[in-house]
Amino acid sequence: MKHYRAHLLVCAGTGCVSCGSFKIKEALEKEIKKRKLQDEVQVVATGCNGFCERGPIVLVQPDGIFYQLLTVEDVPLLVEEHLLKGRPVKKLMYVPPDEKQPVPKMKDIEFFKHQRLIVLRNRGRIDPEKIEEYIAFDGYEAMGKALAEMTPETIIAEISASGLRGRGGAGFPTGRKWAACAKEKRTPKYLICNGDEGDPGAFMDRSVLEADPHAVLEGMVIGAKAIGAVKGFIYIRHEYPLALKRVEIAIAQARDNGLLGEDILGAGFNFDLEIVEGAGAFVSGEETALIASVEGKIAMPRQRPPFPAQKGLWGLPTVINNVETWATVPNIIRRGADWFQGLGTESSKGTKIFSLVGKINNTGLVEVPMGITLRDVVFGIGGGIPKGREFKAVQIGGPSGGCLPAKLLDLPIDYESLTAAGAMMGSGGMIVMDDKTCMVDIAKYFLNFLQDESCGKCVSCREGTQRMWEIVRDITEGKGKESDLPLLEELAQVCKDASLCGLGQTAGNPILSTLQYFRHEFEAHILDKRCPAGVCTKLIRYVVLSEKCTGCLSCKKACPTEAITGSLKEVHSIIQTKCIKCGACQEACRFEAIESQRDEAIQVI
Amino acid sequence: MITFRMNGLDVKAEEGWSVLETAKFYGLEIPTLCFNEGLTPHGGCRLCLVEIGEGLKTKLVSSCTYPAEEGLVVRTDSKRVWAARRMMIELMLAMAPGSKVLQDMASRFGVTQVRFTSRNKECVLCGLCVRMCAEQMDAKAIGFQKRGLNRKISTPFDMRSEECRLCGACMYICPVCQLRCQGPNAEGVLCNGCLTMDPSCLDHYDDLQCWMYDAGRCGTCVREKT
Repeated sequence: MKHYRAHLLVCAGTGCVSCGSFKIKEALEKEIKKRKLQDEVQVVATGCNGFCERGPIVLVQPDGIFYQLLTVEDVPLLVEEHLLKGRPVKKLMYVPPDEKQPVPKMKDIEFFKHQRLIVLRNRGRIDPEKIEEYIAFDGYEAMGKALAEMTPETIIAEISASGLRGRGGAGFPTGRKWAACAKEKRTPKYLICNGDEGDPGAFMDRSVLEADPHAVLEGMVIGAKAIGAVKGFIYIRHEYPLALKRVEIAIAQARDNGLLGEDILGAGFNFDLEIVEGAGAFVSGEETALIASVEGKIAMPRQRPPFPAQKGLWGLPTVINNVETWATVPNIIRRGADWFQGLGTESSKGTKIFSLVGKINNTGLVEVPMGITLRDVVFGIGGGIPKGREFKAVQIGGPSGGCLPAKLLDLPIDYESLTAAGAMMGSGGMIVMDDKTCMVDIAKYFLNFLQDESCGKCVSCREGTQRMWEIVRDITEGKGKESDLPLLEELAQVCKDASLCGLGQTAGNPILSTLQYFRHEFEAHILDKRCPAGVCTKLIRYVVLSEKCTGCLSCKKACPTEAITGSLKEVHSIIQTKCIKCGACQEACRFEAIESQRDEAIQVI
Repeated sequence: MITFRMNGLDVKAEEGWSVLETAKFYGLEIPTLCFNEGLTPHGGCRLCLVEIGEGLKTKLVSSCTYPAEEGLVVRTDSKRVWAARRMMIELMLAMAPGSKVLQDMASRFGVTQVRFTSRNKECVLCGLCVRMCAEQMDAKAIGFQKRGLNRKISTPFDMRSEECRLCGACMYICPVCQLRCQGPNAEGVLCNGCLTMDPSCLDHYDDLQCWMYDAGRCGTCVREKT
């Protein structure tokens, strides 16, 4: 094997790829060739590094130097300075906000320092398209152990003892699910990996599949041995082309190496996998709907019991787990249940991946031990709110979750605490909001999503979400009535109570949690016809503050409807009849001279 | 035989019965809309909800699709159940105010207000016609399309289906289009005429003139009590 003195790990997760990381990789390879370093330095495209805010990212190993926000023009300098002369390039390094000195090493950066990587242990470290690299980092060791040394009973006992709970949202104990399926006499049995990740702002499953597809495969082979399954399906959204491609490659490589298919590792165990592409319905993430979808039917949930473990795919016993759950399994088998038990809280063990998005400095993917507080995630790892604004709320658990206010920042993240606070773990989306966010508008956004994504079977969910959206829409347009709030609460509660599946049963959460913690904002919209955050366009108008305006014309240039008058060095003004309230002028103004105010003209009875 | 508790009674159910079937067997009435004995249960209208479980961990399930299980504890008419059922009637009435079945239900179960603007969609998406067509008529000419707020029942590509024999079974079973509410307030969202039923035939005759004593079934005699 060839030895290289340095490896350049170029992040090739979807975030960095869209920022042009493949171009960076090409440029690096070209430059390295030009400098005749191709026998000394290797360029590797890895899965998502996690720090998406700073993409494209290149990590230089073994030095551990972290380069960020790279452009193709930076490449010659980087190669010459770092690789030829051995001088790390300071100007391409990460500089924390409010500080001047760059942090050269990845392990010293706040974003990475507090994370605990288990599921994502190979992220940004291996080339996900090469099985050899996965194997080099103890890959398929757990599978070998499970096939050679363990019986189905001992595997299930190990998983049960670890306290692993499903990472898809509801948190059902994985060991119990497997045991229920293993007990069933009917064969064949099936496994399904649920990669239908549909929450707005969530990309945990995508990143795991892109960065470490073999971990999911290995977990599924172990699961297959435990319950006696012969065939598995990996359900991935059609919208994740990179994940699909990498899983496809991984399956082919595993088959070629005798790690999948017939007589795996010579242990006399047969198991094969197939990819199923989802057509982009949020409700397909519900397990019974997903099974219907794999069968080729409309993704519509059905009554449980019977549970999939008894009657799943084509009426046969099926275990269905989330991507993250499957990727956790090899780690537990390799390092033992006791080790996993030691992480997390009393009832929630291990780590959880969150996608940190919204109004936060360090957007990206983080893996943290259970029990860490929201404050540590948002302000420690996330680096707080940009532009010195104030934290207002964090939305956890996707559309089915809830918005938690600043007073709950010290809440530990585990299944029970989040549910008690009115949110839920969900699959791990975390959307941070600052004081410029209108909570009524947020509720409207999620309700709009849900009314569109409800499968439409239950009256409570289909009609309930539509009616809640209508009421909230009216409130944001200044047509709200005082009786709307109790009606909203009643609808949300009934929707939770009466619906069949998890989608409907949690569809009331966005309303209930915003009403619980931000009721005053709803009241301001209804009683005063005022949007405190200045977001709801029907309730505001933009005005120029004459004392701050310098007459720089930048707002005039930004306005798409030519609603701004005034010439250079003259105070501008906005023609209200032409203004479409898009907010482009406010964005463009560097002097904070444009303000959104309550529109006195709108007084709807 | 499966033994479980329903409304405080020990009940016995045959293997394979649903909670609704067991309740019917014991004469406990549970309102239904999308349920029909000749068709597979759908569980969409959510009127047959019952509360299962004990203590703090109870939940509502549709009794037509929930299997009778050993040791189950069921309450068919709890406060929570009724709050949900009334809301379902209200939501469905706002979709199809012309339905006599729904208007009657509203009167019977004391739904006296509809707080939503009427859609006049004339379809509550109960799926009875879809199942009738597929299971009894063996045609499968119609089906559900799309999801969420765009959900509808139609033929493939909204074109005249060659599978359809114009048998009319879909219309026969429809709770909205077969019987129209013709009460005094049929134009409005909520009639509630039957809540205070006053058959006008008794002005002229000593006996109710309804066919098979199904009082008020045709709706013509119903007027608001003054």
